[in-house]
Amino acid sequence: MNNPFRTTRRNIGELIAEWSIRAVASLSIIVIFLIFVFVFREASTLFLGDSDEATPQSTQVAQTDSTSQTTSSSEPDVYNPEAEEPEVYNPEAEAPSSGEEGAPGEFIYIAANPAYPHIYNPSTGLIPPDIDAASTEEDVVLGDTLSFTENFFSSTWQPVGEVPKFGIVPLLIGTAKTTLIAILIGAPLGILAALFVAFFAKPWIREIVKPGIELLAGFPSVVIGFFCLVSVASWVQDITGVPYRLNAIVGGIGLSLAVIPIVFSIAEDALSAVPKTLREASLALGSTEWQTAYRVMLPAAAPGVFAAVLLGIGRAFGETMIAIMATGNAPLSTFSPFEPARTVAATIGSEMGEVVWGSEHYGVLFLLGVLLFVFSFGLNAITELYVKTRFIKRFQGK
Amino acid sequence: MAKDLQTKIAAHDFNFFYGQKQALFDINLSIPERKVTAFIGPSGCGKSTFLRSINRMNDLIEGTRIDGNMIVDGVNVYDKEVDVVTLRRRIGMVFQKSIPFPKSIYENITYGLTLNESRTKAELDEIVESSLRRSALWDEVKDRLNHSALGMSGGQQQRLCIARAIAINPEILLMDEPCSALDPISTAKVEELIEELKDTYTIVLVTHNMQQAGRVSDYTGFFLMGSLIEFDRTRTIFTSPSKKETEDYITGRFG
Amino acid sequence: MQFSASTLPLPKRLLGFFAVLIALTAAVAVVGIILGMVGNFLANGGTHVTWEFLTEFPRNSNTEGGIWPALAGTTLLVMLMTLLGVPVGTATAIYLTEFAKQDSWFARSVRFAVNTLAGVPSIVFGLFGVGFFIQFMGGNIDAAFGTSSFGDGSLLWSSATLAVLTLPVVIVSVEEALRAVPRDLREASLALGATRMQTIIKVVLPNSVTGILTGSILAVGRGAGEVAAILFVGVTYSSEVLPSAVTEKFMHLGYHLFVLSTQSPDVEKTLPLQFATTLVLLGLTFLLNLTAILIRSRLRKR
Repeated sequence: MNNPFRTTRRNIGELIAEWSIRAVASLSIIVIFLIFVFVFREASTLFLGDSDEATPQSTQVAQTDSTSQTTSSSEPDVYNPEAEEPEVYNPEAEAPSSGEEGAPGEFIYIAANPAYPHIYNPSTGLIPPDIDAASTEEDVVLGDTLSFTENFFSSTWQPVGEVPKFGIVPLLIGTAKTTLIAILIGAPLGILAALFVAFFAKPWIREIVKPGIELLAGFPSVVIGFFCLVSVASWVQDITGVPYRLNAIVGGIGLSLAVIPIVFSIAEDALSAVPKTLREASLALGSTEWQTAYRVMLPAAAPGVFAAVLLGIGRAFGETMIAIMATGNAPLSTFSPFEPARTVAATIGSEMGEVVWGSEHYGVLFLLGVLLFVFSFGLNAITELYVKTRFIKRFQGK
Repeated sequence: MAKDLQTKIAAHDFNFFYGQKQALFDINLSIPERKVTAFIGPSGCGKSTFLRSINRMNDLIEGTRIDGNMIVDGVNVYDKEVDVVTLRRRIGMVFQKSIPFPKSIYENITYGLTLNESRTKAELDEIVESSLRRSALWDEVKDRLNHSALGMSGGQQQRLCIARAIAINPEILLMDEPCSALDPISTAKVEELIEELKDTYTIVLVTHNMQQAGRVSDYTGFFLMGSLIEFDRTRTIFTSPSKKETEDYITGRFG
Repeated sequence: MQFSASTLPLPKRLLGFFAVLIALTAAVAVVGIILGMVGNFLANGGTHVTWEFLTEFPRNSNTEGGIWPALAGTTLLVMLMTLLGVPVGTATAIYLTEFAKQDSWFARSVRFAVNTLAGVPSIVFGLFGVGFFIQFMGGNIDAAFGTSSFGDGSLLWSSATLAVLTLPVVIVSVEEALRAVPRDLREASLALGATRMQTIIKVVLPNSVTGILTGSILAVGRGAGEVAAILFVGVTYSSEVLPSAVTEKFMHLGYHLFVLSTQSPDVEKTLPLQFATTLVLLGLTFLLNLTAILIRSRLRKR
């Protein structure tokens, strides 16, 4: 049969272009897999025994900048604590050989720099004595006999020392503490501000407030961290008179500044997505604007608002720079908000730079990364699969 | 239907589905070559869906499905061997809203021409002029061919879209309510244009304006709820329809 | 029957008053925090942002001098990041709007992956940069070509890490712009016998240039301020020269601020430098974000 519409030539270019685009689109999925695979792969050395210690990379240091002078940055990256000038940055607290110098030095790993007062400094005697005692008497003795799993779930985080201790309990407590504070401050502020912008604000006010809060989302976290470090910390200390300048409260306030814009914009989207007819129906029944807003619109948008809070939590526990700069960074197993805290993310951020690549400590930090990844993945899966379907069901009846 | 006319487009037991919802039911008809065929009916009756099935524009909507045959020039356009791009180059289409590309008038006309083949500037100039002349637009725009097409009036834009469609020299021109957004004067111009073009092209026109169908078409089909109720010469449809539904619609008893 | 006075009893009216007031207070508080923060930075660092500060190298272990290498390093970083990330993001957005069947499992997976990617903590991207880009990619490149410069942190790997991190930002913005292109325009092009790719290249993309621009600007804004992700992927504390190859280390404004404020030998002395650096970093991201927000709000109104 003579077919006038038969293609004279199959357009190969067209097909290639189309499939390239499909291939590139699949990159996002591939990256998620790669993140999991490669972060986990580095952590897996912990479970595969000592065989990896002979790899050439094990002597390499991720980077020496925070511990080395300008002139040494071009040197080979061999980790050598003895060769460092002591005045640069607190070498004695982190050098592996310094274990015998006493508990305070080895207990706190980071930033025991006498010249630097902001960060929790063990040598000035700020460690609560009970923890101090526990770490010296009990764990040093038991350290050798602990299996990795026991070690991992113990309550002492002391990765550098004769017997490294990788107890994540204080890190989990620190993370939970600061995240909780951040959400308790950030979620109500974000949701109420969203409610205001969505229902009560005049249009011109909305035009200012909304982009304003969106701009806060664009603030680099290191800037927020700096703000907390130099200003919020002093204000909090002036008001409450706490002994430690940097503590979980300051960190939580800092993290809430990162949480607010996220909660705000997602909650605002959810509130604006509630059908106008619902509002009109409520108003037509004689209820006031505020009754409509609080009793009809907010409950109707509840799944979206819930999603906003969940994503806010995700932002808070994963945030690194604010946590490093504002929490005081001491891995204490205390629930007091006025004492320093150390989050999981901050631990990775502050220790990864000095760790020997391929070492057990390195593997543990990657394992913490896996923990963060899995947790954020789970949170996102909940919001995606549960909350969104609820939201759709509610308004479209599907 | 008169036997001396060549059939250009034919549908055999054509059914169309949007997901689970059936939109067209067993459509059978033959559209004659080089005549104007109009489809009328109340909105949602399936006339536009049928028109868009001819050049397979409905392929673009997710979840649609067809059953039966749509024959153009003796070939089932839903056949696996048919290349939809080649098909659409042979079948021009004008939409309800005028949709000029946000480019110059000149680029709008040459858009379809330069897609697959290279032509010289002189050739392009010639085709632009002839298409604009055929769509009765040349005198109005010849001095501003390089201006944006968005600066034209609504009626001019719609005629530009017709010029753009005929520039690639199709055999069939599908028009989906081309005048519904136009004022009476522009409508008259477009209708005049249809009258002139029908010597060259097979024109299929969807309209919900019965007077328009009566004025410009040679054949008329009446759709109701997805079925083709009646298809005949326009004069017959308007003077002595054989179905009661057609008569009710024509006389304005519903729709 | 009269309508002039509220029929609600006084306690209820008071409750309503407080209901609105508390929402208003929250909004005012948030805006106040932002203004307070910026004001604080301006007051403390405003006078220190001078031409010399922007164009000089730091001196005396970062305690004096300017931030030129950090500024230049950040700029190079985000440029390379844009080069790597925007094409990928744009292609993904094109797939999602132009090719994907909305309920196909693949399209849903891509969407889920993009959303997940947006929620992954930036420090995890940093670990990914070490594990994948430096150790795996760089290690293998070095092994294959006998080089030694890829298996370590560098401008290249930092840019690549940030490109992955900002991918969701680009995808979401470009997708929004592509969806704003009227469906009619696509149909008109297809009806003229254009293929899908021709329609995308000649009609859809030219009409969404602003959206791609917005996405790029937002990504640059995000990338410029991101520190955690690049901490171990190539940023350096101090450098006397600007990077001359993509395999070299570089200085970064955000990292510079972090180092100055937490790890400097004399924190009090460099406080003015810290505030000035904050202002520059904030000003940079602020301008980028403001531009993007303005472009986008104009786009939405159209």
